[in-house]
Amino acid sequence: MLKYIVRRLLATIPVLLGLSIVLFAFVHLLPGDPCTAILGQRQTPAACARLRENLGLNDPLYVQYLDYIGGLLRGDFGASVINSKPFFDEFSVRFPGTVELTVAALIFAVGVGIPLGRLAARHAQGWIDGLVTAISLFGISIPVFVLGLVLVLIFGVTLGWLPTQGRIEARAGFEPTTNFLLLDTALAGRWDLFVDVLRHLILPAIALGSIPLAIIARITRASVIEVSNEDYVRTARAKGLTERRVDDRHIMRNAWLPVTTVVGLQVGGLLGGAVLTETVFGWNGVGRWVVDAIGNRDLTIVQSTILVFALIFLIVNLIVDVGYAFLNPRIRYS
Amino acid sequence: MSLETPGVTAVAAAPRRAEERVSRGLWSDAFSRLLRNRPALVGLICITAFIGVAILAPVIAPYGPYEQRTGGRLEAPSAAHLFGTDLLGRDMFSRVLYGAQISLQVGVIAVLMALVMGGLIGALAGGLGGWVDSVLMRVTDVLLAIPGILLAIGIIAWLDRGMLQLMLAIAVTYVPIFARLLRGSILALRESDYVIAAGAVGASRLRLLVRHMLPNALTPLIVQATLILATAIIDIAGLGFLGLGPPDPRTPEWGTMLVDARRFLQTAPHIVFFVGGAIVVSAIGFNLLGDGLRESLDPRLKR
Repeated sequence: MLKYIVRRLLATIPVLLGLSIVLFAFVHLLPGDPCTAILGQRQTPAACARLRENLGLNDPLYVQYLDYIGGLLRGDFGASVINSKPFFDEFSVRFPGTVELTVAALIFAVGVGIPLGRLAARHAQGWIDGLVTAISLFGISIPVFVLGLVLVLIFGVTLGWLPTQGRIEARAGFEPTTNFLLLDTALAGRWDLFVDVLRHLILPAIALGSIPLAIIARITRASVIEVSNEDYVRTARAKGLTERRVDDRHIMRNAWLPVTTVVGLQVGGLLGGAVLTETVFGWNGVGRWVVDAIGNRDLTIVQSTILVFALIFLIVNLIVDVGYAFLNPRIRYS
Repeated sequence: MSLETPGVTAVAAAPRRAEERVSRGLWSDAFSRLLRNRPALVGLICITAFIGVAILAPVIAPYGPYEQRTGGRLEAPSAAHLFGTDLLGRDMFSRVLYGAQISLQVGVIAVLMALVMGGLIGALAGGLGGWVDSVLMRVTDVLLAIPGILLAIGIIAWLDRGMLQLMLAIAVTYVPIFARLLRGSILALRESDYVIAAGAVGASRLRLLVRHMLPNALTPLIVQATLILATAIIDIAGLGFLGLGPPDPRTPEWGTMLVDARRFLQTAPHIVFFVGGAIVVSAIGFNLLGDGLRESLDPRLKR
């Protein structure tokens, strides 16, 4: 097991190296003059000199790269080109919002997707199966921002049931400490606001979770159907086990495996989709920050956000793979 | 089920019937299977409508896509303006039609670019193996580690906005998928008897790759390309919605059109409805056709 984990960790190193080169090129090898590219209208000789100094653009390329890597290893993810604020100053305020959103979306996708997939598999080829297939087809075919706008229109504008903008009722004047608002409101004992934060989460989580939900439902269905046709399932039934026991102990235990992998892979899509979802719902997260940063051509912010998101994706999938090997001895010993 | 396979049918059936079955190739056989697959047929209809609308937009559209104040601002749908009008009084029906043109162009070119780049990487990696394979696969790993839309956003931020940049940004996000797919097929085909046989009679490595392996690896690529067209259309609209679409903000691009729709959701909900509907219908079309193609091109697949 340890050997597997070590091997898996070593395999990530070239990817990290490649990632650092790509992201280094993103800021340091801009096509054209970097001053024009980054500063645009704000370009003055003084600002240009400062930019060159900050990014070390006057050094040879390999020195620039080593500086960049050295900075990353020391936890220095660069600073905004616009206001010189270090990346993590703003990121740490924004990131909790994106985490709450993506986790809520993932819970929705898994919580609804897996039961839907199991239901469809149990009634394979029947009308329920057809309905689930149609739902998942719709889920992967509707863009998150279109679904988001439709949800806002129905539940916000028309019915007025749920809030559609922001993470918390602004008039409450709540002062967050960690910016994980569910945690903050709970710790402050403000349960009224805790419920308010939850209500703000519902629509964005549904919009963002729709694609992973569709994919998870599909893969669960396929996986359960495949396992159900195995000889050992027939044997279990022949032994006279109850249908429930066959389902829990024989089918699902094996059907989980491909599902876990797919759930891990959804994290990338969720982080990307968060950019669009946050734009629709006026959500104060990293995604909106990136979109603003591109508008300002604040490339170091974009660069470091991509890096952090890619790292999260790699780490989550590392955990999933290790967990998978833990669940499935066949992988461990191959 | 195996009776569906052309070769087997030809042998099993009576001589006279065999003759007419043999004359049908893989593609016509697959096509007739496709037509019997109802979801795929629905997909085919959606796509035909989408492509037809894109090509015939100048003929069907009652107004030009840039023609302003053909009606009042943000007008609800009416006989004169089937889909209503937008903020500048432009006819939404005409703009949605012209939008199909842009999505189709950008989508198809982007997917073709991805297919060529990914195919080249996959063929080199699978065909040459060794360190070339290792290096190329690590490159695809890096691309896969960056969430798709964020990668596209980054590329546009790097190259600045533009139509070509938009296509390239979408294309790069799908390169690793095609690369891995083709590499996987080639690795599997390399071990197959007919490739080994061709190699044994002296076919060169290039000839083996181009003449023997590529044609047989094409099917999964075509299926994947169809499915990816659906996501590409969604991604193009997504980038447009973020303000990273075509550089001219007046361009009738579906995602760009939704930026206004968000601001005037309350007064003009019809914009979201029609533009969103157009995106969903074309995405559903390519998804259904892709699934249908997968089933009909692979006779071994269980229905």
